Amino acid sequence: MAWTGKILRVDLTAGTCTLEPLNMQWAGDYLGQRGLATKYLMSEIDPKVDPLSPDNKMIMATGPLTGTSASTGGRYSVITKGELTGAIACSNSGGFFGNEMKNAGWDMIIFEGKSDKLVYLLIENDQATLMDAAEYKGASCWDTEEGIKSKHGDQFIRVASIGGAGENGVKYACIINDMDRAAGRSGVGTVMGSKNLKAVAIRGTLGVKVKDREKFAVAVAAGKKVLADNPVTGQGLPTYGTQVLMNVINESGALPTRNHKDIQFEDAHDISGEAMHEPRKSDGKPNLVSNAACFACTIACQRVSTIDRTHYTVKDRPEYHKASGGLEYEAAWSLGAACGVNDLDALTFANFLCNEHGIDPITFGATLAAAMELYEMGVINDETTGGVKLTFGSAEALTTLVEQTCKSEGFGVELGLGSKRLCEKYGKPELSMGVKGQEFPAYDGRGIQGIGLAYATSNRGACHLRGYTIASEILGIPVKTDPLETEGKAGLVKAFQDATAAFDSAGICIFSSFAWTLDDVAPQIDAACEGDWSADRLLELGERIWNMERQFNLQAGFTGADDTLPARLLKDAATTGPAKGKVSGLETMLPEYYELRGWSQDGVPTAETLSRFGL
Amino acid sequence: MQKSLHISADDCTGCYQCVLACSDAHGHDFNPVKSVIQVFRFEDEGRDVPYTCTQCDEAWCQKSCPTDAISVDANGAKVVSEALCVGCKVCTIACPFGTINYNADSGKVIKCDLCGGDPACVKACPTSAITFVHSDTAQFNKMRDWAGKTDAGSQQST
Repeated sequence: MAWTGKILRVDLTAGTCTLEPLNMQWAGDYLGQRGLATKYLMSEIDPKVDPLSPDNKMIMATGPLTGTSASTGGRYSVITKGELTGAIACSNSGGFFGNEMKNAGWDMIIFEGKSDKLVYLLIENDQATLMDAAEYKGASCWDTEEGIKSKHGDQFIRVASIGGAGENGVKYACIINDMDRAAGRSGVGTVMGSKNLKAVAIRGTLGVKVKDREKFAVAVAAGKKVLADNPVTGQGLPTYGTQVLMNVINESGALPTRNHKDIQFEDAHDISGEAMHEPRKSDGKPNLVSNAACFACTIACQRVSTIDRTHYTVKDRPEYHKASGGLEYEAAWSLGAACGVNDLDALTFANFLCNEHGIDPITFGATLAAAMELYEMGVINDETTGGVKLTFGSAEALTTLVEQTCKSEGFGVELGLGSKRLCEKYGKPELSMGVKGQEFPAYDGRGIQGIGLAYATSNRGACHLRGYTIASEILGIPVKTDPLETEGKAGLVKAFQDATAAFDSAGICIFSSFAWTLDDVAPQIDAACEGDWSADRLLELGERIWNMERQFNLQAGFTGADDTLPARLLKDAATTGPAKGKVSGLETMLPEYYELRGWSQDGVPTAETLSRFGL
Repeated sequence: MQKSLHISADDCTGCYQCVLACSDAHGHDFNPVKSVIQVFRFEDEGRDVPYTCTQCDEAWCQKSCPTDAISVDANGAKVVSEALCVGCKVCTIACPFGTINYNADSGKVIKCDLCGGDPACVKACPTSAITFVHSDTAQFNKMRDWAGKTDAGSQQST
C-alpha cells in the first residue's frame, strides 16, 4: 500500500529491463524517494566513481504519497552522483511524470551501465522496453516530448528527457518533464546523457492504493485546509509564485547582485512577481498568463508566462509566442540580479530556453555572472567571448549566451562548464560563488546568516532546498529569527535539514512545509502506508538520511574543509542594506553545527552517531 | 430542485484533485484514467479545463443503449447499471462529448453519476472551479457579473 513494492532495474549496457521487489525493511528506515534511493545508490556504487562512467547509477524514485490525493503528492526525484559537484545529487521535480511512474506500478527505476546507442525507455504499466532514440538525437526536451507522444499516438504519455545540453555534456544539464518541470540541479541530466539515455516515457493506468481509504481522506482534507488557510501557501504562492520573494529579499539586503559584489539590486522591482502582473506597453497584457499546479497540488505556484511579441528576442521567432513556464524566483534572480539584467522579457526568454534545452538556470546565470566579472576585470575579452560584450546588465549578452550554452556553441561551451571549472580555467577560482562546485541560489549568506551555514553544509553543494532557513529568518515560519544573528542558527539549520529530508522522501513538495510541519505529514503517511508513522519517526528518519548522505560525500573524498563559503562572503562586508558591514559568521556557526550533529571537529560523524541511526 | 455541476475553467489550476477524488469515490483507487471527470491542459495557452458529462436531458448515451442500461436517478443523473451494461460501447460512440467511456477492467462503461447528489469532485476542488448549483440558476452569477458592468459609468457619475 502506497508503495507499489516494485523496482524496475534497467541495465543499459545489456539492454535489459527486470523487475525486483522493493526492500521493505529499507522502506521502513528511509521511506522513499530521496532517502530510499540514496540507500540503494550507496549500497550499489562506489562513491568515488566518476559520475559519467557506466559504473555510476541513476535512480528515478517516487515517494509513498506520490500519485495519491495528498496535496502536492506528485513528486519524483533523480538520485545519482552529480557531475557538477561530484557529491550525492538528488534533484526533485513536480509536474505529472512522478504520478505516471507510480500509476504504472513502479516505486523506482534504477538505471545502470551505458547504452551503446541513444535510447529511450518506454513504460506501459508492467511492460518496459528500450527503444531506439536516433531520431531524437540533439533534439530539445520540448521536441523530444512532443515527438514521443506523437510517435506513439498518445498525448497522455508523460515524458522526462534531456536536451542537446545533456547529450553534449553541459555540466549542469537538467532532466525536464512535462515541458517545464525540472529535476534541475547538480547535473543529473549530464549523467543521464552519459548513459545514452535520451528520455523516459511512461503511461500508467494501474492506480495507487492506500492502506486506509477513509482515514486517508480525513488526513488529506485536513492537510489541504492547512495549506489553504496559510497566507504563504494559500495566497502568496498562488498569486506571485516564488517570485513573491524578489522585493522582500532585496529589501532584506540579501539579494546577490552582479556575482555577489552587491547584495541589493536597484532594479529588483522590474524583475519581480509584482512586475509580472503589470500590463506591458505593447499589448496591454501582463507577462503572467496564469498560475498552474503540479499533480495533486492545491497551492499552484507555477508561473505560466508569455514574452512580449515585439521584444527583440522573439519578434522574428513566432515559436516563442506561446505561453510556457514562466520565471520562478531562483531563475529570475540568477538570470536577472546575478547578472545585473533588468529586462523581464529577456529573462523570460532565457528561462524558456533553459526549459526547452534542459539546463539549470541557477547555475547558468551564476556562471554567466562570474564570466561577466572576469570580462570586466579584463581576464577574458572579446576574443574569448566571440565578440559578445559581457558587461553586467547586458540583456543581449544574457540571451545570446543562454542560446549558445543550450546549443553548445561559441563561448557557450565554456559557460557549460559551470562557474567553478570556468573560474579555475582562468586562474580566478575565488570568483565562483558556490559550495562543493554548485552555485548559490538567490540568497546571500551575509544578509541571511543561517542560509550561509545551510549552503556550506548542504550535501549536494550550495542549495536553498536542503534547509530553507529563509522561512524562519525572513518569513517567520515557524518562528521569526533575526537574519543577521548567528546565535541559534546551527540548531535552526539542523532542524530544517532533517525535516526537509523527510519531506523529500515522502513524495510531496517541500513548499508544503511553508504551512505543514511533520505533524501534518505524519497522519497522511500513516493512513497511506503499512506501519505506524509519527512525526518523531519521520524526523529521526530525516536525520538518518542526512548522515547517510554525509557518509556518501566523505567516502567520495569530501572533507570538513569543503564546508565553507567563498572568501567574498567571509571577508568582503556587505556595502548596503540591513547587513551593511556584515560578513558571514560561518566560522562561529560551523563548530556548533558539527557538535549538534554528533560529528567530530573535522565534520565526520562519530561512531556513536552512525550507530544511533543504524548506519 | 435539480442541481448541476458548474465548471469555471478560469479558476482551474490543473491540480487533478477532482480527478483523484472521482476515481477514489468510485472504487478505482487513485487512478486518473478511471475518473469520469478529466482535466485538460492547453500548454500553449496556459489554460486548464475540467470536463465531464453535462447530464443531457435527451441523452444520446441513454437513447443508443440497446439494453436500457442507462436510467435517470432522482438527481437527474444518467446512471449506468452495471448489471445491464454489456460493454457494447455504442453509447461511447453516440455521445457527442466523449464523456462516457469504456472501462476495460470491468467490461462496462463509466460516466458521471453526480455521486448520488454529493459530487466528490466539488468537495475536492481547492479553487471552487467546480461547484454544484441549482440547474435553473446555474448561469445567474455570470449574468450578475455582466449586470454589474451595465451603465456602471453613469452610476459612478452621479
